[in-house]
Amino acid sequence: MKRWTTFVAAAAMAIAASTTAFAARTDLVLGMVLEPPHLDPTAGAAAAIREVVYANVFEGLTRIGPSGEVLPALAESWTVSDDGKVYTFKLHSGVKFHDGSDFGADDVKFSLDRARAADSTNAQKGLFEAIDTVEVVDPTTVKVTLKHPQGAFLYNMGWGDAVIVSPKSADTNKEKPIGTGPFKFDSWARGSSIKLAKSDSYWGEPVQLDKAEFRIIPDASAALPALLSGDVQAFPNMPVGDSLPQIQADPRFKVVIGSTEGETILTMNNKKPPFDNLKVRQAISRALDRQAIIDGASTGLGTPIGSHFSPANKDYIDLTGTYPHDIAKAKELLKEAGLENGFKTTLKLPPPTYARDGGQVIASELREIGIDAEIIPLEWADWLKQVFTDKDYDLTIVSHVEPNDIGIYARKDYYFNYDSPAFDKVMRDLDLTTDETKRSELYGEAQKILAQDAPVGFLFELPKIGVWDAKIEGLWENAPIPANDLTKVKWVD
Amino acid sequence: MTAYLLNRLITGLATLLVASLVVFAVLEVLPGDPARLMLGMNATPDAVEALREQMGLNQPVPLRYLDWIGGMLSLDLGKSYTYSVPVLDLVKERVAVSLPLAVIALVLSVAIAIPVGAFAAQRRGRAGDTLSMGAAQIGVAVPNFWFALILIYIFAVWLRLVPAGGFPGWSAGVWPALKALILPAIALALPQAAILARVTRSSLVEVLGEDFIRTARAKGLPFDRVLWRHALRNALIPVVTIVGLQFSFLLAGTIIIENVFYLPGLGRLIFQAITQRDLIVVESVVMLLVASVIVVNLLVDLSYAVVDPRLRAR
Repeated sequence: MKRWTTFVAAAAMAIAASTTAFAARTDLVLGMVLEPPHLDPTAGAAAAIREVVYANVFEGLTRIGPSGEVLPALAESWTVSDDGKVYTFKLHSGVKFHDGSDFGADDVKFSLDRARAADSTNAQKGLFEAIDTVEVVDPTTVKVTLKHPQGAFLYNMGWGDAVIVSPKSADTNKEKPIGTGPFKFDSWARGSSIKLAKSDSYWGEPVQLDKAEFRIIPDASAALPALLSGDVQAFPNMPVGDSLPQIQADPRFKVVIGSTEGETILTMNNKKPPFDNLKVRQAISRALDRQAIIDGASTGLGTPIGSHFSPANKDYIDLTGTYPHDIAKAKELLKEAGLENGFKTTLKLPPPTYARDGGQVIASELREIGIDAEIIPLEWADWLKQVFTDKDYDLTIVSHVEPNDIGIYARKDYYFNYDSPAFDKVMRDLDLTTDETKRSELYGEAQKILAQDAPVGFLFELPKIGVWDAKIEGLWENAPIPANDLTKVKWVD
Repeated sequence: MTAYLLNRLITGLATLLVASLVVFAVLEVLPGDPARLMLGMNATPDAVEALREQMGLNQPVPLRYLDWIGGMLSLDLGKSYTYSVPVLDLVKERVAVSLPLAVIALVLSVAIAIPVGAFAAQRRGRAGDTLSMGAAQIGVAVPNFWFALILIYIFAVWLRLVPAGGFPGWSAGVWPALKALILPAIALALPQAAILARVTRSSLVEVLGEDFIRTARAKGLPFDRVLWRHALRNALIPVVTIVGLQFSFLLAGTIIIENVFYLPGLGRLIFQAITQRDLIVVESVVMLLVASVIVVNLLVDLSYAVVDPRLRAR
C-alpha cells in the first residue's frame, strides 16, 4: 500500500513538473467577422483572405512588416540597376512548397507572369503593370525588368496579391492553398473555421504555434461571449461596439487600439454639379466636425485625417487644419457659390457600420449649412454597381483600405470623377523617383494638393481594435496591410 | 390514394418549375456583378472581365437558365462563384447542421408544448391555465436571439458547460457536435413551443366541449384518459399543421440564431450568397428549400389521414 502511494505521489509530481516545463500553449483560436470567400490571395480582393494566409501560408519575394516596412522574404537580397529598371532577386535555397515540391526561380517567373497575363483575375493587376520581362537567371536568381522605374516596386511585391505560387497548385489554391510559409493549410469547415498547422519543412525561423484556427463569428453580439468563454483567445479586429470599457477593465485581456490603412472619406461626385464647384466642396469640408463623426461612426476611436494618407505612414503630414470645422464660413462659401439657400442631394451608404452611422451624423451636419442630404442605404453589390461602377451618386461614404493608395486620385474614370493635372504630375514623378527623401517630398506635395482641392471630405483613419488574451505576444498592433501575421506569436506566462 | 399522390406529385413539380423561373429572374435583375464583388474596388476592368468570362457570366441568359436546370436534373448544382467548390458539397455540409438542429428544436418544442397545452386546457380558467399561458405569451413575445444570448451567458460564459458557439463538425464526434447544438436548439424551440402550446390548448378546449367527450365521461372514463386518448387525438390536426410550418421555418429561417451561435447552417449560407451575389448558390439552395417545403407539406397532409381516419376515404 505504502509503495502505491509513493508511486502515485511520484507520478503526480512528474506530471506537475512536465506541465510547468511545457506550460506555454502552442495553439491559438482567432476570431474573425467575415469569412474569406476562398483562400487564394492572387484571385480576390477580400481582406479576409489575407487575414488568414498572408505571411502564414503564402510568401512573396518581399513582405510588409508590422510597421509597413519592406522586408526580405523569399528573396534574401536584391540589387537594383542604376537606371532603376532592373531588379535582380537572390532567392533563398532549400525552400519547399507544402506539397513537397521545390521552390525556385521558375515559380517566381510563373507567378509574376500569371498575375499580369491577359486572362489574369488578380485583384491588384495594376501592381504588375510596370513589369516588362521576368527572366530566370539560375534556380535561385530572378531578373525583373521594368518598363520604367517604379519607386514602389519592392513594396508592391510585398502585397498579398504578389505571393509566389506553384504552377502545380495555382488552380486549386482557392480551396487548398499550397504556399511556402511557416504554416500549412489544414482544413476548412466552411462557414465555421479554418485551421492551419505548423509546417515542419519551413526554410526560415520556425514558428512557436503548432496550430492556429480562425473562427468565423459574424455577429457582433456573439464576439464578446466567445472571448469571455475562452472559446476564442484573440480577436485581432474585434467588433466591440459598446462593450469596449468592459473588456478594457478585464485584466485577462489586452486591448490594443492600432491603425489601419483605411482612409474613411465622404466622396463627392466631382463632375456632377454643384460638387464640381470648389467652393461647394470647401463648404462641405468645413461643415464636417470630424470628432463628432468619429464618435458617431466609430465609438470615438480613429484618427482624424485631412488628406488621403495614413497617419501611421512616415510621410504623413497633418492637414486636418486646411478647412477646419466652421459653420459660418461654410455658409459663406455656399453663398459665394450662389447656393445661399442650400440644395437637395443624396448620400448613398454601403453596409459597414462606419458608413451607416457616420452617414447619420454627416447628414445632420450638412443640414446645418442648408444641404438636405437624403440617405439611401445600399447593399455592397448594389453600391459597387451604382456608385463605384456607374458613378450614379452625389455623396457616399466608404473606407479605402488598400495601403498607400493615394494614387487612386490620379486614376482616369475613377468614381471620384476627380481630375487634377498637377496631382497627376506628382504621381508620375513619384513613379520615376527611387530616392527616399525625394519620394517623401512628393508624397507631401500630393497630400497638400488633395487637402486644398477637397475632392472628397476627409474624415478619419479606421482604427484596428485588437483584443487578445493578456498572455499572448506577437500579434500586430497596426494593420499596414490586411494580415494576421502569426510568425512571431507565442504564449507567455 | 394513388391518384391523390400522383396529383400532388405533378403539382409539386409544377411548383418547382415556376419557382425556378421566379428565382432565376429575380436574381437576374438584382443589381451587382459577382466578379466585381470578388475583385474589389482596385481591380482593373480587364481582370473583372476575365473573371466574368471564367464564371460563365458572359453567356446569354436563356442558355444559363437551361444550363442550370439541366445540371440540377443530373444532380450537378454547379460550382459556387465565391467558394469555387461544388454547390452540392456546400449544401451537404450545411444540411448536416441545419437538419439535426431543426429536428432537435422541433422535438423539444413538441415535447414542451403538448403537455403544457394539455395541462392548460385541463385547468381552463384556473391558475394553472393562466400561469402556463402567461408564460407562453412571454415566449411568443420575446425574440429568440435574446433568449439565445441569455443562454450563452449562463451556460457558456458563466458555467462553461457548452461552447459559446461554433460547430466542430460531426467528424469531431457525436457528443461534441450535439453539445454545440443544444443551446441553439433550446433558443429556437422555446418560442416555437410557446406558439404550439397555445394552439394545442385552444384546439383541445374546443374538442373537450364536444358531445363525444361528454359521452366518454358519462361512460365513466377517467378525465385523464379522455383527455390523452380521445380529446388530444382529435385536437391534433391544427397542431400538426403548425408543426409542419415550423419545420420549414426551422430549416432555413434560423439565420439570426445561426449568427448568434455562429453555426454554419443553411440560413447563413443563403444570406452570405445573396450579399456576395453567389447567384448559383442562391438559386440552388432556394430550389432545395422549395422542394423540402413541398415534401413537408405532403407529409403533413398524409399525417392528417393517420390522425383522422375519416380523411383516408378521400
